[in-house]
Amino acid sequence: MAVVYKKSPALTDAPLSFCPGCTHGIIHKLVAENLVELGVFDRAVGVAPVGCAALSDYFFACDMYVAAHGRAPAVATGQKRVHPDNFVFTYQGDGDLASIGTAEVVHAAHRGEKISTIFVNNAIYGMTGGQMAPTTLVGQKASTAPYGRSEEHCGKPIRIAEMIATIEGAKFVERVSTDTPANVRKAKKAIRRAFECQIQGKGYALVEVLSTCPTNWGYTPAGAMTWLQENMIPYYPLGNFKDFE
Amino acid sequence: MAKKLMKGNEALAAAAIAAGATHFFGYPITPQSELIEYMAREMPKAGGCFLQAESEVAASYMVYGAGGAGARVITSTSSPGLALKQEGLTYMVAAQIPAVVINVSRGGPGLGNILPQQSDYFMCTRGGGNGDYYHPCFAPASVQECADLVTEAFDIADKYRMPVLILADGLIGQMMEPVEIKEATEKPIDKPWAADGGHVKRGEHNRINAMILPADGLEELNHVIQAKLKDYSENYVRYEAIDVEDADIVLVAYGTPSRACKNVLKKAKEEGLKFGLIRPISLYPFPKEAFDKINPNCKAIISVEQSCGQMIEDIRLSVLGKFPIKFFGRTGGNPIIPDAVYSYAKEVLGGKA
Repeated sequence: MAVVYKKSPALTDAPLSFCPGCTHGIIHKLVAENLVELGVFDRAVGVAPVGCAALSDYFFACDMYVAAHGRAPAVATGQKRVHPDNFVFTYQGDGDLASIGTAEVVHAAHRGEKISTIFVNNAIYGMTGGQMAPTTLVGQKASTAPYGRSEEHCGKPIRIAEMIATIEGAKFVERVSTDTPANVRKAKKAIRRAFECQIQGKGYALVEVLSTCPTNWGYTPAGAMTWLQENMIPYYPLGNFKDFE
Repeated sequence: MAKKLMKGNEALAAAAIAAGATHFFGYPITPQSELIEYMAREMPKAGGCFLQAESEVAASYMVYGAGGAGARVITSTSSPGLALKQEGLTYMVAAQIPAVVINVSRGGPGLGNILPQQSDYFMCTRGGGNGDYYHPCFAPASVQECADLVTEAFDIADKYRMPVLILADGLIGQMMEPVEIKEATEKPIDKPWAADGGHVKRGEHNRINAMILPADGLEELNHVIQAKLKDYSENYVRYEAIDVEDADIVLVAYGTPSRACKNVLKKAKEEGLKFGLIRPISLYPFPKEAFDKINPNCKAIISVEQSCGQMIEDIRLSVLGKFPIKFFGRTGGNPIIPDAVYSYAKEVLGGKA
């Protein structure tokens, strides 16, 4: 019988811990497929965050770290400086990267670390149970913003891709989404390009992936996709912010 | 190798490179500047990597990354910087990552000042981060000892897969003495647990992780950490004891105050008084057995510290009420002057203090 699809060898057989309808699983698959297709799986090292992906060290079949909250880019820096021939990626959520870890991601980009960051933005703290993130939209309800995020009280959500793109050492920055099959294909391509940025020694690369959190947003998986399309994409425009030659 | 005149800070750095450290990550802070500057200058010449981090926090996680990748890695800082590195230290203990961390301590609390002080004793000996742990801690009292302890610290870190801390007060960091930097004696050991991208060859992926969710798994890790500490504590107790067997007064001091105390002993001897000194070199484990050798008729033990009194608690735990325990300390960065210690010790001897 012809094999038309099989799980990437860059993923283990461990069952994923993500909620139904969450797109972390898709994003894991895109990362894993790119590692194998680009031929870097056998020298890849990943750094997982604190957050929903804190168990990713069980899911990716390459050597893995779990960093402290927000510190993945610093851990990746240390690893890559020891083994410059390794392919090193961080996989971080929006609480991890856009709140507690802003210094680490900004300076990893600023130094032009030859690492790649997959930044999953679902506009909320998922693992701790739906608290407000720096990426939570104005008016969006969260367990620590029970009346909805107030711009007057805590500002507007932070746009990471646009910010990182202003940094010289960042050579590839793109925002993608996983809400439709077409966008999933585009996301895979962007991750591929980000990985090539590292492989070619160009510098730091970041792909921001808009993702859903049906559990904490309080929608069905399909409803969450619609909410992402109607609310997140208008504020977080998809597209490339920086590319290399 | 011939002796060279070096500052303590430089000797700490030179010994690290000689011991095979290939990576240094740090953030500028006084009074350890000569150390980070020496590393910036000399590490590239030795084929290693010096990288200035954006913060002490980031530096500690670069160490986590590099140590987890199998490198001999070191970071250095001073008191407020070590407070920031405590998160990294507890993660390194949990993830079982070897590293050497140097604290050239200064005045506190808070930003304090840049003068020498010993008020980081608790932070350095108690496991300053969250969770149930200690880590090895050594306190040099000379520039030569700075170098020798760094050499050994790397071997201990690798053997036990733990961070090892060197607590040097600001005075040792800044003062110059002749020093011989010894080449590493022990060969670096294999690190089959490292995250070095060798998963395909190895047939399984290594995971460097400070989180274990199941209760039984985390309990098991805690038992592993405690077993390592027990073995370490049985093998690495270090101290210097002078004339304690027939002393009427025993001074206890580590780091530079111990040198002032040696002058006190000299003066006491000249005046026919029997003083002894215990100088802990390992602060964790604290050298409890040194106190078993004290003259049973000793009148008192005096803890001499450049702080408001922190090591004195370990002395109490070591002596368990057998002797009266007194305290002489200066703080704010003020030095320990031998004459002042001597006057106080005589008052104690005469029952007046």
